[in-house]
Amino acid sequence: MIWLNVVIQGVLVGGFYALFACGLSLMFGVMRVINLAHGDMAVVAAYVAVFLTPHAHIPEVWAFVVVAPLFGVVGYVVQRTLIQKSIDRDPFTTLLVTFGLSVIIENLLLEIYSSNGQIVNVGELIVKSWHPQTIIYISYVSLAVLAAAVAVLGLLQVFLSKSGTGRLIRAVADDHEAAQLSGTNYRHIFGIAAAIAFATVALAGISYGMMTEFAPTSGGINLLFAFETVVIGGIGSLWGTLVGGIALGVAQQFGAHFNPEYQVLAGNILFLVVLAIRPEGLFGKRTALA
Amino acid sequence: MSTLTNPTSADRGLLRVRRSTHSPVYTLIGSLLIVVLLSVAPWVVPAEWATVLQNFFILVTMATMWNLLAGYAGMVSIGQQAFVGLGAYATLFFALKGMNPFYTIPLAAITCAVIAYPVTFLLFRLRGGYFAVTTWVVASTAGIIIVNQGYLGGGTGKLLPGMPDMDPKSLQHLIYLVTGGVALIVVAATYFLLRSRLGLVLASIRDNEVSARSSGTKVTSARRLVFLIAAAGTGAAGAVLALSQTYLQTGNEFNLQWAAEMLFVSMIGGLGTIEGPILGCIIFFALQQSLAQQGAWYLIIFGSVAVAVAIWQPRGLWGAFRDRFHIELLPVGHWVGDRKSETIDRRSMLERLNLKRPKKPSD
Amino acid sequence: MSEILLEVDELTVHHGQLCAVDGVSFKVDRGEVLTMVGANGAGKSTLLRTVAGLHHQTSGTIRFQGVNVTKLAPQRRARLGIALVPEGRRLFSSLTLEENLQVGAHHAARGPFSIERVYELFDWMPARRRQRAWQFSGGEQQAIAIGRALVANPQVLLLDELSLGLAPIVIERIYALIPDIVAHGVGILLVEQDVTLGVGVADRVHCMLEGKTSLTGTSGELTSAQIERAYFGGEMSATSPPHESPA
Repeated sequence: MIWLNVVIQGVLVGGFYALFACGLSLMFGVMRVINLAHGDMAVVAAYVAVFLTPHAHIPEVWAFVVVAPLFGVVGYVVQRTLIQKSIDRDPFTTLLVTFGLSVIIENLLLEIYSSNGQIVNVGELIVKSWHPQTIIYISYVSLAVLAAAVAVLGLLQVFLSKSGTGRLIRAVADDHEAAQLSGTNYRHIFGIAAAIAFATVALAGISYGMMTEFAPTSGGINLLFAFETVVIGGIGSLWGTLVGGIALGVAQQFGAHFNPEYQVLAGNILFLVVLAIRPEGLFGKRTALA
Repeated sequence: MSTLTNPTSADRGLLRVRRSTHSPVYTLIGSLLIVVLLSVAPWVVPAEWATVLQNFFILVTMATMWNLLAGYAGMVSIGQQAFVGLGAYATLFFALKGMNPFYTIPLAAITCAVIAYPVTFLLFRLRGGYFAVTTWVVASTAGIIIVNQGYLGGGTGKLLPGMPDMDPKSLQHLIYLVTGGVALIVVAATYFLLRSRLGLVLASIRDNEVSARSSGTKVTSARRLVFLIAAAGTGAAGAVLALSQTYLQTGNEFNLQWAAEMLFVSMIGGLGTIEGPILGCIIFFALQQSLAQQGAWYLIIFGSVAVAVAIWQPRGLWGAFRDRFHIELLPVGHWVGDRKSETIDRRSMLERLNLKRPKKPSD
Repeated sequence: MSEILLEVDELTVHHGQLCAVDGVSFKVDRGEVLTMVGANGAGKSTLLRTVAGLHHQTSGTIRFQGVNVTKLAPQRRARLGIALVPEGRRLFSSLTLEENLQVGAHHAARGPFSIERVYELFDWMPARRRQRAWQFSGGEQQAIAIGRALVANPQVLLLDELSLGLAPIVIERIYALIPDIVAHGVGILLVEQDVTLGVGVADRVHCMLEGKTSLTGTSGELTSAQIERAYFGGEMSATSPPHESPA
């Protein structure tokens, strides 16, 4: 029974990882950009929810309604300016620039808000949970985040496969030069993909803030988990991202069960094993690595 | 693609292939002068300056190695802090076994190279961004493994034992000299390495990997060797870091901050030049000292400058200076006629990173 | 019917230090086929890519329906009515056949070519419209690529090395489409290494050699000996007959 709880906790946190990872996966799948500032963007969203939305008289728990679209806009602008310029140089530069941004953001947050832990206030919801058995307990917040993750991934999947813009995004991901020949401004499409990625990362960040304490340096470890999720699940498949997140979450919970110090290690090991045996991930396409 | 000038028939007989635009004697004398000046510094300047210089040497060591890896061999790593930590903890390990910490430095370097070797077999299957983030995962893993070794201090940290019994001032001077010595050795070794056969191999890989492979160049072995050298050099930096801090904590030694500093310093100074990381370190410490009271602002400013440089002046400050004035203090390429045949061309780097097909001059 | 659609004037294009196209000029009228022939490396594909906007020219102008498009981005030129079917097909491999056409039609002008019309031209397509593009054979992919360009209803169609890597019978079928397309008033600029194919379908021929124009004329007036000389740059056979019938 204790193992069931381990698996359940793994699934719950896996949903969060998937939500976190889908923006990263999108940016890499569409524009071959690994956004090393991804984790820090999420943390910024959490800070915005805690410190800035109260000024607009919005309770923190509903902050995402405002913050997610805001981040979408920010994502579009950042993509069309900084990131596009880096892409135009070479992938080397995008790595360096996004890493630089990550360090800048972390230190800015540190300067402005200090290193104290913060949490997004969800009122009483934080302590409520469901106890189907004595040893199994499912926190409502985690469940809500899992539901949100599945909903977001589902919506995104539908958007990409059925809508005209979604089709353009997929086309641009395959061959942006050929897309130009069909009249598509690929830079604009890149911008839209980045906007979606940033909006999801805002949701992920606020969710994170609801579930645990966060601080300026929280971005780093979450980027690691998001990246591991993407690699385990595979690029190019959103459901793969969900499976990857759950696999990572479960591996970590198993590790933690033996020794709390081994939580991150267990995830790292799963990541390295998948990389060694099947680098394109469980559901990924072989070409994704090039 | 390196930029080659086609020699006209007029200068065909006058083609010269030289190493640098000026006599190497200047470089030699200049280097000796600087080494002498730096060696006597601790006796001459205030103690805080000596500490700053010490940290400067450590960062120069790390940055030179990072630059060797990224700028010359095209492998962008954000996990070199793994070797900083492993080098530091190797020193602790051997010191705990009774060795004089100063003697552990070469051992620490070798340990890092030994650990790096099997890691390359996984890492080299990856390219670009995947490679970079995986190096970070490796660093994170290394840190976790070390923090779980109770005898190395666990979560709380441990004091480095076995320091020689001298008066504190002399000990400080000794540490200073050793740190400077390590930096000197690493920079000099990199300089001679790049002027050697390996340097030529790296340049050929950089220009066109496919041609290099098909003409028999052992590309992967060359890369592996460079990775091992970088691991060893960074490990040595970690070892002297341990000596200067004396109290080791995994949070410190395996900190991602080292990666950030190595990276920013190399980018601003100039990737693919030996002088670049040194210049970058000078600017870094100047900035750090002048903004010492403002907390993390120096890092924010430095990071912003690094980002700006990456986008608008990718050759870095030294690279731009070199291209404009054709001056090199530590030349590692060749001059043909009077145009440089060895140019750090962004396109060839990305072709080498296997992320883009080389542009064929098609029909 | 001889409205000038595309006019290229003294176009020079460099690849780094290599001069790929050197002072080339030509025009394409409505409803005609202009074929560029030349060996590998003659500069033909670079020329097409520059006309489409994917490559920057060093000097020269490109006018489309009188408008100077020399500085326009590729997608703007595509929306104006210049469609390139690039070398190597360049389909969106993870998209289905139909989705490839839909992307092509996204910024389409009004005109006779709709997705339905393309399905009529290639009757094997409707049954396989939901298959992913990477699953099709080379010839089929070439057809899809042409279809993708057609559904945008271009005024000028640029075709780059259609025959590369395809079996002769497939090439025949593809080339059989050209008169159909031209009948709708589209001007075609065709690049071909295979001279017989290229000249066979052309109204006018333009030979390139090492980036420069080596010979121009209508397909009727040029002899195969002339074209051979222009293609290779000099006499190939020591015993070429003094008079040749027109190609």
